[in-house]
Order: sequence, then C-alpha cells, then structure tokens
Amino acid sequence: MSYQTPLARARGLGSAKTGTTHWWMQRVTAVALIPLSFWLILFIQQLFYASYDEIRQWLMSPLNFTLLLAWAFTGFYHAALGLQVVIEDYVNPNWLKIVMVWVIKLTFTGMAIASLVFAIRIAISAG
Amino acid sequence: MVEFTLPKNSVVQKGKFYSAPKGATRVKRVEVYRWDPDTDENPRIDCYDIDLDQCGEMVLDLILKIKDDIDSSLTFRRSCREGVCGSCSMNINGKNTLACIKAIADYKGRIKIYPLPHMDVVKDLVADMTHFYAQYASIKPWIETQTPPPADQERLQSVAERKQLDGLYECVLCACCSTSCPSYWWNSDKYLGPAVLLQAHRWLSDSRDEHTGERLDDLQDPFKLYRCHTIMNCTDTCPKGLNPAKAIAEIKKMLLVREEG
Repeated sequence: MSYQTPLARARGLGSAKTGTTHWWMQRVTAVALIPLSFWLILFIQQLFYASYDEIRQWLMSPLNFTLLLAWAFTGFYHAALGLQVVIEDYVNPNWLKIVMVWVIKLTFTGMAIASLVFAIRIAISAG
Repeated sequence: MVEFTLPKNSVVQKGKFYSAPKGATRVKRVEVYRWDPDTDENPRIDCYDIDLDQCGEMVLDLILKIKDDIDSSLTFRRSCREGVCGSCSMNINGKNTLACIKAIADYKGRIKIYPLPHMDVVKDLVADMTHFYAQYASIKPWIETQTPPPADQERLQSVAERKQLDGLYECVLCACCSTSCPSYWWNSDKYLGPAVLLQAHRWLSDSRDEHTGERLDDLQDPFKLYRCHTIMNCTDTCPKGLNPAKAIAEIKKMLLVREEG
C-alpha cells in the first residue's frame, strides 16, 4: 500500500540530464564504421594469401596503421554503447544494471587498450 | 523489465460460447477477452456469433450489440463513437486501434478483441490508464510563459507558427501507440512513451510557449526519452494517422542542436 500520488511516481527521480551524447555517438560511430569496415575487408582479404611479413609491412604504412586503430577504437566504443542500451532495456534491478553497464564499459576499454598495445608491438617488431 | 511469460493468474482460458440467433445469414464470430476482478477466475475468451444484419457497421457496434442484447456484464469504455474522445482504444486482431472508427468489413474471418497490451486490466477491456495520464501531466501540457499576455488580446500566432502544431494537436491520448511500443512495455515506469512524447513535442513546437529550455531539460534522460529505439510500432498503429516516431526524432534533434549547434 502506498499513498504516493501517480504524478509523484511518474516524475520519479526526475531527469538525469544526459543521454544526448550517448545517443549521438552511437550514430556517429555507426556511420564511421561503414567506410572503416570496407577497409577491414581489404585487410582481412589479404590474410588469405599474403605472408606474415608482407601483412606486417602493409599495416605499418601510416594510413593503414591509423585505420587499424580507428576501426578498433570505433568498433569497441560502438559495441559498448550498444550493449549498454541492451542492458538498460532488459535488466531491471538498479544495482545489477549499474554493475553490468560498468562491466561492459571496463571490458571494452580494456580491449581498446589491448588493441593499442598489440598494434604497437607489431609496429616495433616490424622495425 | 522484460517479461516472456504470463503470471499464473493471467493465463487466458476458454470461455463461454454464444450462438447466433436462428435464421441469421450474415454471422460474424467475435472473441472477446473477459476478466472480472471480483472473482478468483483467470481471464477467459468469450466467443459470440453476431448477426451482422442486426448490428451497426463498426467494431464498436459489435461490442455494443453484445452488451445491449447478449451479455450486459461486458465492460469497456466508449463515448464519442467518432474517433475524437479516444476512449474505445483496444487491441483488435493484434493491432491497437479505436473500435469506433474501424469497420467490421475491414476484418476477414473472426475478430479478436483484447484490452490494450501490457497494461493492468481493471475489468474486461478496460485498462488502467492512471500512470499514462500521470506521465502526461508530468510534461506540463499547458502553455508556460514569463511575458504577460497582451492587454485585451490573446497571444497571437502567425499562420506558419500555427502550422507547426499540425500533426501534433490531433492526438486524442488513446494510448494505442504507447501500449504498442515494446520499450514502453519493458520500461514504462520511466520511459514516457510515444503518446506523451508527441504531446511534449506539441508544447516544444508552440511559438507562444517560453519554457522550451526547461521542457528539454526535463526530457533529456536515458529513460524518459532515449528508450525510443525507432521501432515505429507507434506510427504504424496510430488510429489518427499521426507520426509519434517523427515527433520523438524532432525532440532528439532539438537536444542535439542545443548541445552541438
């Protein structure tokens, strides 16, 4: 039994005054991933016939190295934003929602850092 | 929160069957969701064979026929019978609409009538609209100004300014759109839903209103506004032919312009 008015329930805790950046970045990264994914197809296609050294040299051109990291960062950012929405949609208890969203944020941040580390390692080994 | 199964006491069972009067030539079978809060029984689907020669042309006429001549306990809302009051919103053959402006002839075979989806049912076809109306009240659906009105005159609008309200002011708050939206099903405690957001846009678009910024402040929230994932069920189902999805997109655009424009 609650004597809280329907309006009080509807207004709840009020507006978080956020959300626009999240929504907009999801769209920006989605559009950015279109050309970047075409580049990725070009990259993966080479894996079928080129040798390890050839691919390493190809990747080390400034343009390809930039695009590789751009694809990784944009992809991980886009995935984290999208999965956050899925969690918010379908998970109800607030504590679980907060924990899961942060697990996603940290996981994808970790993967972005790891991709940077591995790219640098390839660059160093390519000399 | 997403729910995939019905609670035990909501499982719908087979109900009574009422046959058509003898000699009826044009018979329409109508299945209606029935639930009485005063009994412990589960909801049931009652089946009525209606003689169309003894009935009006709209789906609402079918329901009125049942209530008047067959089963007076059938409970539903209706008033204007011409799509203006928004009372007789219900789910007919899987789509939310107003029973009064849907012709029986538009439906082939049997007609299945349920209350609006994912709402608490008060009785039979009557959904509990308390939260929906409270959400509507929460967006302050009235003009908010600082400037006093001109002396001995109303606040004027140009023809172009008035035109901004077309496609928005016609909404009758029947809740067909909101209750067709999966996002609203899962998160209606916080998500305002297409109907209320269309109304919010109606006031954001009003040239006489002076609180656009405050209105946007109140809407800028991951749940109140951004639960809209452009599923478009709202626009598909609106019995008035309005476009709530577009209204929501316009609010998102206003927020983006405010932040980055």
